[in-house]
Amino acid sequence: MSNVTSLHVNGAARACDAEAERSLLSVLRDDLGLTGTKYGCGEGQCGACTVLVDGVPIRSCQTPCGTIGPQKITTIEGLEQNGRPIDKLRAPSGVEGLHRLQQALLEVGAFQCAYCASGMIMSGVALLAKNPNPSDAEIVRFMDGNICRCAGYNRIIAGIKLAASRRPNGGAQ
Amino acid sequence: MKPHFHTPTVGRASARLPGSESAKERAEARPTFTRRQFLKTFGGGLAVLWLVNRTDLRAQAESGGRGGRGGRGGNRRPSELAAWLHIAADGTVTVYCGKAEVGQNVRTSVLQAVAEELPAPLSTIKVVLADTSLVPWDAGTFGSQSTPGMFPQIRRVAATAREALIDLAAKQWNTDRASLVAEDGKVRERSGARTIGFGDLTKGEKLALAVSESIALKPATEWKVAGTSVPKLDGRTYLTGQHAYASDIRRPGMLHGRILRPTAFGASLASLDASAAEAMPGVQIVREDDFVGAVAATEYRAAQAVAALRAEWKTTPQISERELFAHLKSTARDAPRKVDGDLPAPSNETRPESASHQLRQTYHVAYIAHAPLEPRAAVAEWQDGRLTVWTGSQRPFGVRSELASAFRLPEEQVRVIVPDTGSGYGGKHTGEAAVEAARLARAVKAPVKLVWTREEEFTWAYARPAGVMEIDASIGPDGRITRWVHHNYNSGNAGLRSVYDVLGKVEQFHSAQSPLRQGSYRGLAATANHFAREVHIDELARMAKLDPVEFRLKNLREPRARAVLEAAAKAFGWAQTTRRDGRGATRGIGIALGFEKGGYLATCAEIDLDRAAGRVRVQRVVQAFECGAVVNPDLLKNQNEGAIVQGLGGALFEALRFENGRILNPRFSQYRVPRFSDAPPAIEIVLLDRKDLTSAGAGEAPLVGIAPAVSNAIFDASGVRLRSLPLVPNGLKV
Repeated sequence: MSNVTSLHVNGAARACDAEAERSLLSVLRDDLGLTGTKYGCGEGQCGACTVLVDGVPIRSCQTPCGTIGPQKITTIEGLEQNGRPIDKLRAPSGVEGLHRLQQALLEVGAFQCAYCASGMIMSGVALLAKNPNPSDAEIVRFMDGNICRCAGYNRIIAGIKLAASRRPNGGAQ
Repeated sequence: MKPHFHTPTVGRASARLPGSESAKERAEARPTFTRRQFLKTFGGGLAVLWLVNRTDLRAQAESGGRGGRGGRGGNRRPSELAAWLHIAADGTVTVYCGKAEVGQNVRTSVLQAVAEELPAPLSTIKVVLADTSLVPWDAGTFGSQSTPGMFPQIRRVAATAREALIDLAAKQWNTDRASLVAEDGKVRERSGARTIGFGDLTKGEKLALAVSESIALKPATEWKVAGTSVPKLDGRTYLTGQHAYASDIRRPGMLHGRILRPTAFGASLASLDASAAEAMPGVQIVREDDFVGAVAATEYRAAQAVAALRAEWKTTPQISERELFAHLKSTARDAPRKVDGDLPAPSNETRPESASHQLRQTYHVAYIAHAPLEPRAAVAEWQDGRLTVWTGSQRPFGVRSELASAFRLPEEQVRVIVPDTGSGYGGKHTGEAAVEAARLARAVKAPVKLVWTREEEFTWAYARPAGVMEIDASIGPDGRITRWVHHNYNSGNAGLRSVYDVLGKVEQFHSAQSPLRQGSYRGLAATANHFAREVHIDELARMAKLDPVEFRLKNLREPRARAVLEAAAKAFGWAQTTRRDGRGATRGIGIALGFEKGGYLATCAEIDLDRAAGRVRVQRVVQAFECGAVVNPDLLKNQNEGAIVQGLGGALFEALRFENGRILNPRFSQYRVPRFSDAPPAIEIVLLDRKDLTSAGAGEAPLVGIAPAVSNAIFDASGVRLRSLPLVPNGLKV
């Protein structure tokens, strides 16, 4: 299989030269320097490596980079770039460049060590895109693949609900 | 505030958990101050202040280590103020502290301590932690010692600086220091005539005096910043992916490493054929005795190379899990003394035969893993014989010693930098990844990053000790406990001493040979001992036909313990909630009381039992917690909430499975940890803020109540008394 020479990440094409069977996680972290996405288990069980591919959350540790093709990848770094819009998932301007979910999680003080935060946020952003006003049970079901060992689950749920209450236009998406 | 966790003791066999722990913790809690050329500056009369025009400590540290801050005064806390605090000409205050941030928010509590006592605005204070070339020596971040030990030390540092700044202003204005006050980063005349910024006073020069041991600190009743919910420092950088954990560090020319692991604990390398791996392009194989690793430009290639190594290991038979508890009992170092001989002279009340009820039970706890989401990771770089390692650890200076010893270097040739870490829970006291990365880096003459895989973390880290607890107790006709005998085999003596009033009491820990490598864990044995004690108490209460809260109160004099018990019961609505006493209910309630590391807690749990599915679901937890004067209420609540849910894992289903030197479940798909769906939907924390008492740590104590509370609730619902942790790894069929 030929090497992957380009990935579309956070709104731009990024050059790389990676064996196609290497994990997307390692290419993002080690080749493109996007270390916000974390390794946690290598088997898709903990969610620390979650990124969005065309808006769909995937476990990048389990995804060979050769399977991505021209699809658009969004990482935690792409949610926040000094107020510059990345895609329609971004928050409205005026919240200090943070996505509204990041802002809400900051306000509720959700995290302790925060190593899980990037994956939590990417999963939560995907949830809010799909279900703008999720119930507690829907949040638990959607987020159950993301592990927080400091176990701040209830605060993360509170943060997702706070972000949902602030959705742009007060309506769908 | 409250660092997670416990003693740095780690060992495979006969772990010396109790003795070494208390000695180290005492040393940590009561630092000895060396006094050198700068003697006491305060305490009546005119203070003398030295400003030394040799300020660039950071440059010193980075250029050589010797003469820098790190380890100054040897392995004890330095007394020089400048080792702890610096005020730049622009007024920026930098505080240097040897604790590691592992999510417990010590960075925030250090910030609060300085802001309170200096005092200076939060935004002007920088907190430098856990870099051995920059910060004063510290034993490590464990034993819930940051709040009782480090928090007052940093306050003394800041208060000493405050008085020095007032002296400087008094001298500059040629006025009486009593007419001056320090506030908000400035010294001000009380008359309001003049103010001067701290930076204008120091002009960035070193404050050369000793930290005053006896300086008065602000009482908690007057706190303005301490005692408030200052948000997690640098919270934003964690939410944007910008914070670099140890595993995120990148260095120029850095390569990636992987280690060849033995097939079983204690195995030795019989033969190695590395030819296939060495033939792979860009791969370097490093072998030093039984240590074998591969280094390549990518982790992927390094892993491929390790997979291509053909190794034969010589193994020896080892104890498996089914033999575990018998093994712990049979290898216990000191057999329990004759029980009656340890009790006070028998009286009518304490004789077992005169008791109304006697209850003797055995309890077990399994080994569990810390499983921090960031596994052990290190980046090592050698330069001119000096070694720098970035790693996640709770003991930066301990890891420095490990590295110095492994490579026969003077400690000042080694710099350990601990970026705020993807947690530890007591599991990162050791420097395995640091030593391995440094070994690889030395061999290949390039910086090397090593990140342990999840399987390695589960297998080659150390575990929370398994244990056997035996309790034999009697109660009299009035419901008073007359006799209490509690033996703990292997898991440790943390939390062994009960808070109940008992006429005759024996509480003993017996070290034993542990088949698995074991060590510190958040709360350590306090969970096991509280589990056994509080389940036993519940059973005694039911034998006495007394309500569990009433029974506890009847046997409890300590007012702080009574206060948390009553607060938890009230907030939970204990008296209004119907107990089923095991009569076929789907819902049950349970309570547990605890005291650990200076903190008192009471935990109430309500569970649902799905009889058809055999599923136990914890629906609601109320925990009352008191640890003296609260430093940061919201972060303390967060610490309690997290501890309860993390503790639910060990309570309900976590256990390391092992057989003949191998861990059988070294993955998250095989080792279940709490997830969103396990978190009780309702968790309420009731903080009792005792501003009249010294602040104690809270990284560990909040964990110890949940397991017994849930076990007691399961009994309430089902009539099944569960005496082993985990309680329901395979569900509960009744």
